[in-house]
Amino acid sequence: MRHTISVLCDDTPGVMTRVSGLFSRRGFNIESLSVGHTELPGKSRFTIVTTGDDTVLEQVRKQLQKLVHVIKAWDIKQAEAVEREHALLKIEVEDKRRAELLQIITAVQARIVDSSGSIWILEVTGDAGSVDNAFNLFMDYRILESIRTGKIALERGPSRVMKK
Amino acid sequence: MGKTKLSGAKALVRTLESQGVEIIFGYPGGATLPIYDELANSSIRHVLARHEQGAAHMADGYARATGKTGVCMATSGPGATNLVTGLANAYMDSSPMVAITGQVPRPMIGNDAFQEVDITGITIPITKHNYLLQEAAEVPHAAQEAFYLASTGRKGPVLLDIPRDVQTEIFAPHQAKYPSLEGYRPTVEGHPGQIKRAVSLLKTAEKPLIIAGGGVSLAAARDLLVQLADTTDIPVVHTLMGKASFPNSHPLCFGLVGYHGRVESNYAISNADVILALGTRFGDRSTGPISTFAKQARIIHIDIDPAEISKNVPSYLPIVGDAAQILQQLVALVSAARHGDWVAELRRLAEQHPLRGKNSGVGIPNILRILREMVEDPIIVTDVGRHQIFTAHYFPIDSGRSFITSGGLGTMGFGVPAAVGAKAGQPDRVVIDIAGDGSFMMTCQEVASAVTEEIPVVILVMNDYCLGMIKQLQDSFYGKRYESCRFGRNVDFARLAESMGAAGFRISEEAEIAPTLEKALAADRTAVVDCVLEDPANVYPMVTGSSLQEYVE
Repeated sequence: MRHTISVLCDDTPGVMTRVSGLFSRRGFNIESLSVGHTELPGKSRFTIVTTGDDTVLEQVRKQLQKLVHVIKAWDIKQAEAVEREHALLKIEVEDKRRAELLQIITAVQARIVDSSGSIWILEVTGDAGSVDNAFNLFMDYRILESIRTGKIALERGPSRVMKK
Repeated sequence: MGKTKLSGAKALVRTLESQGVEIIFGYPGGATLPIYDELANSSIRHVLARHEQGAAHMADGYARATGKTGVCMATSGPGATNLVTGLANAYMDSSPMVAITGQVPRPMIGNDAFQEVDITGITIPITKHNYLLQEAAEVPHAAQEAFYLASTGRKGPVLLDIPRDVQTEIFAPHQAKYPSLEGYRPTVEGHPGQIKRAVSLLKTAEKPLIIAGGGVSLAAARDLLVQLADTTDIPVVHTLMGKASFPNSHPLCFGLVGYHGRVESNYAISNADVILALGTRFGDRSTGPISTFAKQARIIHIDIDPAEISKNVPSYLPIVGDAAQILQQLVALVSAARHGDWVAELRRLAEQHPLRGKNSGVGIPNILRILREMVEDPIIVTDVGRHQIFTAHYFPIDSGRSFITSGGLGTMGFGVPAAVGAKAGQPDRVVIDIAGDGSFMMTCQEVASAVTEEIPVVILVMNDYCLGMIKQLQDSFYGKRYESCRFGRNVDFARLAESMGAAGFRISEEAEIAPTLEKALAADRTAVVDCVLEDPANVYPMVTGSSLQEYVE
């Protein structure tokens, strides 16, 4: 089963190694991982997608919580959260398929963020399903390169992990 | 810390002093010389090991014998990597330790400089936490924090890696940095609701059992455990790490559990209806095959580390907290009970399955039996192997912190240096290391440290000229094909000891056991007794099947 774990931690050198190393050495799987700054100074927040049953998830969470730089590690319930992924695709556009491609871009709410001649870079944002969907549709075109970020997730409502 | 400016090295030594450190086990090198220079003006004693691994095990042995945090120190590069086994050993057994390593100067980090190694990277999985200090102003607080982390919550080793130019950098005390430990809040007190539930569960139990782990000793909760067992009349079994957690001669003590456990204690686990597991992580040596472990029992698991709850064995009722606190809470609520039938059942089984070691000849059980009669209340240290399990079975321990062994990591070579550390911390106690010939050779150079530092320990080398436990496994599971388990007979351990300034003895006949042990114990300096075993026996019971109930004895 797939789970999303959020980890709030001190933004110190090596914290990334501590978090990701814990997964590999305890045999936990990482499907995706993204990390960045938060509204709290000196704090970073990871969103980690992992697979395993509830027992594994609980172990992952507790082991993360044991890291001295981790302030809180918790499971994010999909139904109660907004989740986003971000993708960039570099596509070579044939003149005769340009109109059709533009239609798809509009349909999936992608954006053209760069165009140099026949090479466009498209940007797609959405939950994992809609980014998958966009990739499927763009598959028909010549994708030169593509990249996806890991998932980031925030719970809905007034909850906040920590006050400033 | 005064108002005058000071160097990182001086700040470190002052912080160590203010933390109550009396002794450091170490080995100097180019990257720690500024610290050594400061140590010369300090009240802290430095014990010079002969190998950094020895220094680490000494600090570990000191911690286990005293309950205080042990400190070891090594230089950068190979000095630091030589600490790795010692750190892993302390980590697995939750031993409070602070390791200090030198590092190459900051501008050289990452350049593959001479004697540079990324020791913080290497030790992330085997330390509770570690630090690579970036400036001298961080030193006082990081060092304080290291001691706090090592000695609270689930105890363990913490490493401070200090670049040489940070040691010499001058800073003013007001510049000292104080980051906070927001994420570190160990639970100490047991949840009152869970405590009440545990009490009523124990009350309804007909065949209750207590498993005592090493956590009881770490929490200094031994007397409270005795009080609980006495009041409730619940039989107690112990893990290898928990051997000193409950008096072995207590009528309710039924001995070691697990892979090499006693028949009656493993029977108790398999037939109990409620198990109170205290400060044990249900390691695989203690549980045997996990799928058949304690199937009849509802398990109350008490541990300071929430991640241990239901990690290996699902717990029916978890209580997270300090064993001493929780035992206090329990003792206040339990009422007196009697479990006469259950205890009698276990006693009957114990009588039917006595230990089968011979009380004659030059064998480990007989040597241990004679030793026991000769020495009162010693600290027993072991190495790892067949002799270790023999010692766990044949040498009852009735005082706290008096059985020191490498439980989790199973580190051969732990014994000699751990004994030196234990003796350094408990100079008035007799410290005896029961070693095997394989283990002894791994760190025997520390006999030289014991002699020069005048820390006298007695080392009995149970010498069968082979790797006994390996041979036993090859006996049982590899068709007696003894591949690479035999040493030559070329080493004379008595002369080896004498060459390092220790007293050397040899026992090769039964009549020599008592007089030789007496001489070794009276030597007043470190003594090594080469016990040449005439009949190297395998150690039993041993679980051979898919449950604790399938064994050879």
